[in-house]
Amino acid sequence: MKDFNPAPETASIVSVTDRVTKVALGAPATAVHFLGDVAAFIGAEESVTLATGGETNVAAVHAGGILCSASDGKRVVVGGDDGKLTSIDARASVETLATDAKRRWIDNVALHADGAVAWSAGKTAFVRAPKGEEKSLDVPSTVGGLAFAPKGVRLAVAHYNGVTLWFPNMGAKPEFLEWKGSHLGVTFSADNRFLVTTMHESALHGWRLADSRHMRMTGYPARVRSMSWSAGGKFLATSGSDSVILWPFASKDGPMGKEPLMLAPLQAKATVVACNPREEVFAVGYSDGTILMVRIEDGAEILVRRNAGEPVAALAWNARGSLLAFAAEDGDAGLLTL
Amino acid sequence: MSEAAANKIPVTVLTGYLGAGKTTLLNRILSENHGKKYAVIVNEFGEIGIDNDLIVGADEEVFEMNNGCVCCTVRGDLVRIIDGLMKRKGKFDAIILETTGLADPAPVAQTFFVDEDVREKTALDAVVTVADAKWLSDRLKDAPEAKNQIAFADVIVLNKTDLVTKPELAEVEARIRAINPYATLHRTERAQVKLSDVLERGAFDLDRILEIEPEFLEDGGHDHDHDDDHDHHGHDHHHDHGHSHGGMKHYHDEDMQSLSLRTDKPIDPTKFMPWLQELVAKDGEKILRSKGILSFKGDDDRYVFQGVHMMLEGDHQRKWKKDEARESRLVFIGRELPEQAIRDGFAKTIA
Repeated sequence: MKDFNPAPETASIVSVTDRVTKVALGAPATAVHFLGDVAAFIGAEESVTLATGGETNVAAVHAGGILCSASDGKRVVVGGDDGKLTSIDARASVETLATDAKRRWIDNVALHADGAVAWSAGKTAFVRAPKGEEKSLDVPSTVGGLAFAPKGVRLAVAHYNGVTLWFPNMGAKPEFLEWKGSHLGVTFSADNRFLVTTMHESALHGWRLADSRHMRMTGYPARVRSMSWSAGGKFLATSGSDSVILWPFASKDGPMGKEPLMLAPLQAKATVVACNPREEVFAVGYSDGTILMVRIEDGAEILVRRNAGEPVAALAWNARGSLLAFAAEDGDAGLLTL
Repeated sequence: MSEAAANKIPVTVLTGYLGAGKTTLLNRILSENHGKKYAVIVNEFGEIGIDNDLIVGADEEVFEMNNGCVCCTVRGDLVRIIDGLMKRKGKFDAIILETTGLADPAPVAQTFFVDEDVREKTALDAVVTVADAKWLSDRLKDAPEAKNQIAFADVIVLNKTDLVTKPELAEVEARIRAINPYATLHRTERAQVKLSDVLERGAFDLDRILEIEPEFLEDGGHDHDHDDDHDHHGHDHHHDHGHSHGGMKHYHDEDMQSLSLRTDKPIDPTKFMPWLQELVAKDGEKILRSKGILSFKGDDDRYVFQGVHMMLEGDHQRKWKKDEARESRLVFIGRELPEQAIRDGFAKTIA
């Protein structure tokens, strides 16, 4: 990545901090999802807080730590260190979907638009179709991440030395995309052409699915923990650096041979990114507590939260892109209406 | 480092060959009334007789790092587990990690050196190796894992001493010392060791690298609380076998040794640093652990370093005290160490 000159500290940055509604969580948060216009803040332990404006409703979902969560907009599914997979909807109705027989940690979860849910415990990935039939697949090492392909029922299972692509409804042998190292997060591009993983090293790895061609995306000073596709899928925005790194995916070769965009540089590490689902705009949270909204086209920035407090842990937009929810590691949280 | 270390969760690595008594010690740690809560990472569920919702099963997945260094391995599962445990920050004071009997402690230790997230949240406290007094001598002959675990240890709990005669005990101790003269050694029956002797040792805390002496020459850091009968204590614990043998038996282990270097002449840091880095880059696979206190020319601060295989960390520690001899000391524990090359290389770094 090229060097850049940090933007001068200006008092004139447009700020919407006064339009943020505070949400009192009272406990650390690790993620947030929207169920319609209700924000579901995932606690580090035990509970999910549903927030509408400043009103909150706390629901217990686990007996211990919450390790993972995913949402399809209708429900949030959470996995815990109590070996349970539970779901919660906007009316705070909680349902236990699965209990691991050995009480292993539920490390990862993914949801399919058709209602299928996937989760993993240790080396085993599970899939359950909406009608309830459960299938499992063992991979060579502990599952690092799960993602459903946008089309068909196809599950990407990230693990050590690569990603296994599994069609749970077909008898065919799963496909294996190999790349040395430990793969943690995994995501498909919306057009189903590319698959990208975050690695244990400070790097991303990608494959063009048509021909399994490799794409190396390196140069990060820290591990990439957050990635988000821009509206329309032209860019993949990522954390892990002192600016937001956006890899271009519009052309048929994806980011191969291209420089990424680097926007919103700060003297802090970007910890979480979330792209607006309607506009080419993303929100980014930093290790110093700052939250910005940034327009991809020209890099224009709007301040959502000042650089105070704990690192930003969670960001999410509602489906219409009109609400932004955020939470810092210590549970300081808010909602912004645009 | 101390200030930062104070906020980090200490992690004690409990290792030892099959049947040595790891689980007995672990159950004791968990059941004793110490007012502390431990999160425990175990390889086998079900062996722990204590009800604790902070027990996690591990898979001991050893990963190579993509940095071209073959011995640079980490425990991938540990990275994930520590991340998960930190969700319950505040619910426990420390972490105990039990390895399988066949595990090499190096990938565990290296995880604490290389993984940014693990480093940020936790600090490796010590590698505690439980050894079976009756069978260790045999295992040192036929099980390289057992030898690694002894060589790597900061604390050795020599267990089941009631099952051996005094000469047998002296024999096994001498074999341990041939491999690792620096670890603190405790003789126990049914793993009855004071918990303060195995927990919160700060063995990997650079600020606590004070002296580097073979443990059997001094009277171990664990004796602070009974200085009054220092001589008597030392006599009982370290020299009783000496009467019959006219001194501790000396063994030379065929492939695992320790090497200690010292000089009272100041060291040139511009020569020392490149030499040390090159040494571990070249021979890091053989060097299990390294440690040093250095007196650099024209520098009033002590410089300390420690390493595991090819990984090193070092820092200025504190000012040399007025009454303190400004002596540089280095220790290497490893397999087939190129002793003469190390000695010659070190000699050339003298200012």
